[in-house]
Amino acid sequence: MLHIVACIKQVPDTKVAKINPKTNTIDRASAPAILNPYDAHAVEEAVRLKKRYGGVVSVLTMGPPPAVKAIRKCIELGADEGYMISDRAFAGADTLATSYALAKALEQIAKQRPIDLIICGKMTIDGDTGQVGPGIARRLDIPPLTGVNKVVEINKEKGYAIVHRKLEDGYEVVKSTLPCLFTVEKEINDISFAPLPNMIKAARYYPTVWTANDLENVDRKQLGLKGSPTIVSKIWTPPKPKGGEMLEGTTEEKVEQLLSIVLEKKELFQS
Amino acid sequence: MNLADYQGIWVYIEVKDGKVAPVSLELLGAGRKLADKRGTELGGVLIGSGIKELAPTLFAYGADVVYVYDDPIFAHYRTEPYMRALLHCCQKYKPEVLLYGATPTGKDLASAIATDLPTGLTADTTILDIEEDTGLLLASRPAFGGNIMATILCKKYRPQMATVRPKVMKALPPDPTRTGRIVEERIELREEEMRTKVLEVVRQTVKKARIDEADIVVAGGKGMGSKEGFQLIHELADVLGAAVGASRDVVEAGWIDHHHQVGQTGVTVTPKIYFAIGISGAIQHIVGMQNSELIIAINKDPNAPIFQSCHYGIVGDALEIVPLLIKRFKEEIPKLKASADAKEEIRHA
Repeated sequence: MLHIVACIKQVPDTKVAKINPKTNTIDRASAPAILNPYDAHAVEEAVRLKKRYGGVVSVLTMGPPPAVKAIRKCIELGADEGYMISDRAFAGADTLATSYALAKALEQIAKQRPIDLIICGKMTIDGDTGQVGPGIARRLDIPPLTGVNKVVEINKEKGYAIVHRKLEDGYEVVKSTLPCLFTVEKEINDISFAPLPNMIKAARYYPTVWTANDLENVDRKQLGLKGSPTIVSKIWTPPKPKGGEMLEGTTEEKVEQLLSIVLEKKELFQS
Repeated sequence: MNLADYQGIWVYIEVKDGKVAPVSLELLGAGRKLADKRGTELGGVLIGSGIKELAPTLFAYGADVVYVYDDPIFAHYRTEPYMRALLHCCQKYKPEVLLYGATPTGKDLASAIATDLPTGLTADTTILDIEEDTGLLLASRPAFGGNIMATILCKKYRPQMATVRPKVMKALPPDPTRTGRIVEERIELREEEMRTKVLEVVRQTVKKARIDEADIVVAGGKGMGSKEGFQLIHELADVLGAAVGASRDVVEAGWIDHHHQVGQTGVTVTPKIYFAIGISGAIQHIVGMQNSELIIAINKDPNAPIFQSCHYGIVGDALEIVPLLIKRFKEEIPKLKASADAKEEIRHA
């Protein structure tokens, strides 16, 4: 019986989100909130491993109350239990403070049922960092395995996992002790259609919700904005092309001008 | 934490197949500027097995000092031993800035060590600057799917860390006469205590670039005339090592599959070079490619809106121009490669 926890996040769909021109921040009202697409693959993989080896899949998120929806989506995908940490004290967290809060919640979950494996998506589409997964692993002092695109074997009895980690030009086969943490690539699986019973369960599902006070041994200085070393000092729109320079001359001359413009970026052609 | 105790700009040097990764040389170029502005040293941290001989390359590319951890336990990159070595180095020598390539390895290592130090880490930086007097690193990166840029600071913790996108910064021209200090370090690590083992490394020939990850995208539209004419887009992309993009009408006409579609209802791309060929430039297409670094448009119609959103434009028939481009790139690109290889030999001579 494996206990796998997938860490997930509800994010604004950045593909359709608009930027508020006054504040230069994302206009959340303009964008539907969705389950971070990478995290859907994390949950899918957890559910597949449960089917293969038997066990329980829990999902954990940090977010405001509406993030319950993202948990419900995970229940549709086949997760068994949902946990959510929600508190103003967590607001404004950067990746360091986020991994701290999630690690505290994971410790609490593990007290109820020891965790064998944690799976995170490669990154979120709103933060785009990919830093939270490895951060959680370090805080729990378990090996982080990033870029996992295939799980070869999980052997709880002997206490190991074998996976493929994606490299720039191939992959490596890595064996790790359990428990450990994977961050998974999108290519690891295709999301299955949710069966009807899951959808019915999801519609009525309500996760366990913890505030900062509910978590044990929490150092409040490490939470939220206070616990975040990085701050965003400025947001600006990159300059856009204001009408191109037209290349003139005969067709051959235009082609030669274009050639020299393109080949000036020679580093693109030398590898 | 006394911030003044932390000095020097460092680059984590990634080694691949016994060579310094190009991104690390780029970061030495960027780091050199930061170090000069601050009047401090540029350091490289070199971790691996049998890698000490790479130090002179790092000096040639701008490093003043190279910290070396050379041990068989570092034969393959693994988070745990590498992190312990780098952590040891940071705690002993206290750099004010530490940069990593935003590669799978660089991101893995940086994310892990940020938690242990602890300190702030900015991901996928594309613009770096430093305040001369305070030493505050200004790390800027595209945010929210690349629509806007954000500048990120880490005021109270050191080192200030950032991963930096490959191919954004420029390496300095190597100066083989430059020298520097080599600091050899050791830490006690026992293989039997390591919790991960690399069983096998499998190299795969690189598949055709994914459109949203490609450095160059060649996109075609209705101006290619027909499915056959659209083949020229594939040919040009092949010559350039580029991914193929398409406008919506071309996809709807069935000339190419949907996952090549660039725009609102397709993929958003931000390559180094974007070719829009025979594409008129509807807004829904523009939003999918407007943040590309260099946009080149070719279109018959001088009034096509695409010319408002490009950097360089050519008015003309794509069916005439593209074959010429293919021919000329086929001649010129191998010459660039040959000159790069020659430089590589000089570097290792």
